[in-house]
Amino acid sequence: MHDIYLDNNATTQVDRAVVDAMMPFFTEQFGNPSSIHRFADGVARGIKKARSQVQELLGAEHDSEIIFTSCGTESDSTAILSAIKAQPNRKEIITTAVEHPAILSLCDYLEKEGYTIHRMPVDKCGRLNLEAYKNLLSDQVAIVSVMWANNETGNIFPVEQMAEMANAAGVMFHTDAVQAVGKIPMMLQDTKIDMLSVSGHKLHAPKGIGVLYLRRGTRYRPLLRGGHQERGRRAGTENTASIVGLGKACELAMEFMEFENNQVKAMRDRLERGIVEQIPHCFITGDINNRLPNTTDIAFEYIEGEAILMLLNKAGIAASSGSACTSGSLEPSHVMRAMDIPYTAAHGTIRFSFSRYNKMSEVDEVLKVMPDIAAALRKLSPYWDSVNNAPVTDPEQAFQPTYA
Amino acid sequence: MWDYSDKVKDHFFNPKNAGAVVNANAIGEVGSISCGDALRLSLKVNEDSEVIEDAGFQTFGCGSAIASSSVLTEIIKGMTLDEALKVTNQDIAAELDGLPPEKMHCSVMGREALQAAVANYRGEEWKDDHEEGALICKCFAIDAVMIEEMVWANKLRTVEDVTNYTKAGGGCAACHEDIEAILEKVLKERGESFDPTAASIEKEAVVAEKKPLTNLQRIKKIEEVLTALRPQLMADGGDVELVEVIGNTAYVNMTGACNGCQMAAMTIAGIQQRLMEVLGEFIKVVPASEMSKLVNIQEASHA
Repeated sequence: MHDIYLDNNATTQVDRAVVDAMMPFFTEQFGNPSSIHRFADGVARGIKKARSQVQELLGAEHDSEIIFTSCGTESDSTAILSAIKAQPNRKEIITTAVEHPAILSLCDYLEKEGYTIHRMPVDKCGRLNLEAYKNLLSDQVAIVSVMWANNETGNIFPVEQMAEMANAAGVMFHTDAVQAVGKIPMMLQDTKIDMLSVSGHKLHAPKGIGVLYLRRGTRYRPLLRGGHQERGRRAGTENTASIVGLGKACELAMEFMEFENNQVKAMRDRLERGIVEQIPHCFITGDINNRLPNTTDIAFEYIEGEAILMLLNKAGIAASSGSACTSGSLEPSHVMRAMDIPYTAAHGTIRFSFSRYNKMSEVDEVLKVMPDIAAALRKLSPYWDSVNNAPVTDPEQAFQPTYA
Repeated sequence: MWDYSDKVKDHFFNPKNAGAVVNANAIGEVGSISCGDALRLSLKVNEDSEVIEDAGFQTFGCGSAIASSSVLTEIIKGMTLDEALKVTNQDIAAELDGLPPEKMHCSVMGREALQAAVANYRGEEWKDDHEEGALICKCFAIDAVMIEEMVWANKLRTVEDVTNYTKAGGGCAACHEDIEAILEKVLKERGESFDPTAASIEKEAVVAEKKPLTNLQRIKKIEEVLTALRPQLMADGGDVELVEVIGNTAYVNMTGACNGCQMAAMTIAGIQQRLMEVLGEFIKVVPASEMSKLVNIQEASHA
């Protein structure tokens, strides 16, 4: 059996067509696009084409609204730091408790610098309260940063509506859309979103390339100064081959958008239905009817995620977990905590994320091994009664270890 | 994924003594909040000889937690309770051919479960004596609670102080920002403020020798420094022994827990630094095992 890759929210395989488009830009088209000579001509044209390919996928009004960066994290940092530098009198930031660390760590840091950070909570399904959001908007807020889709659960936030609300209150709006771009059709020119982050490697482009969409007219201060590249908004010699690759990847994402929302979704649906039907005491986390088509996050109660992943890995299946152990951090995933998932379940969450390269036959392979994996680990679990093959009665009471 | 040793993987994929022991008369239940891991250890103890006749574990936890539990039961079976109580978490980790720093607490959990089970058998109440915080120094596996306590207890003021007292920050130095944050917090609570340029609290006045040393003087000085450092090493269950001094190179044997420890190289670097400060000349410290590889001793000593 070949290895099955179901960790596409972590990163994706670079599409063969993307690699082919990139190759000439390492060798014959190696010039610096800023140069005057003929070695630069084709390179500048390659970047121009890529910019329009990204523009089309995002539905941006102008190609000059596309700024190439080194990654999604750089785009996120640039957006937030730009907003606070451009509006020094506004000392508040609104975000959510379930953002990616690219946003949350930066906000923690800014909090130490004296900013007030509003981290909006979510309910048990991972949804925001828009009424509470409305009350937070004021002329003290420098920027709202809310992810388009959550990397763990796949939950989609109503960012278009939230951008309208921010705009009405005179507040800038940024969205970290690294998981959403290429999976959800978007037309940014019809929205009030001011800034948006893209990461190339989440949509079959290489690692090390990202985009910051910057609506024309949005007040902006660059993170990197030092050159005229990207019209002076992101200095540094262009990562030409990767820019061309990202352009091609965006073109392909447009072509596969329907496939993603039909065939890929069908694989995801079959997998999660199969798991929930076959394995007792597991449940899908998040807002089930409002998710990315490729993502499912399933909590297996009374067992731990890293152990599940190690057994899956042994069976040739790659996925990821929200357990503390897989990250080396101390807590289970902040997303699971924010949704108030009990810790005996939060530690056992497994995220399966698909791409257009997966096949339905792979879903069947996973369904074949998953019940045995859960059963094997439950046999070892102090919360599980092996004799009756069920959780012990009142698990939290029956097993109360002394905690260090 | 973690870089687990083959032994960790083997104990995870083929756990020994999984499940509860029938008719157990000693049960220990502990958890590590830092990982969400929890372990129930059940023992069948012979009431006359106090020998552990059977041991079983039930673990909610990651790969290394399950492996640590499994290897623990293997280690203690056949031991008396008193012998078992001498098993340290380092013994558990060593039996697994080492654990990543972030996972050392899994071995601690094993030792604590054992203590709790013995206490349970003897009708005592077991209390956990240490609290675990966020892992700050990944080189030496030192957590925030430990650093904070040391900063409080010893009135530490600088990152260097923290390194001297806890070893945290003495390796790759990537955690210095986090250590500074702890210092800032504690110093603020103490009514002081953090000054990165403050003098180290315990900068012993090191008077470097002015004149070039004879080899005998050098050896004596080196012995003095090692004697001064020895308590620190022994606190970690290790020791150091001077084997030979050739020119500016000191050959040492790292023994006890230092032997085979992944941190031995850093410990040696620390000893070298201290020797250079005291002797006022360049000294290279090399494990004695490399002696024959590096020099022909006969020739070198007569050079």
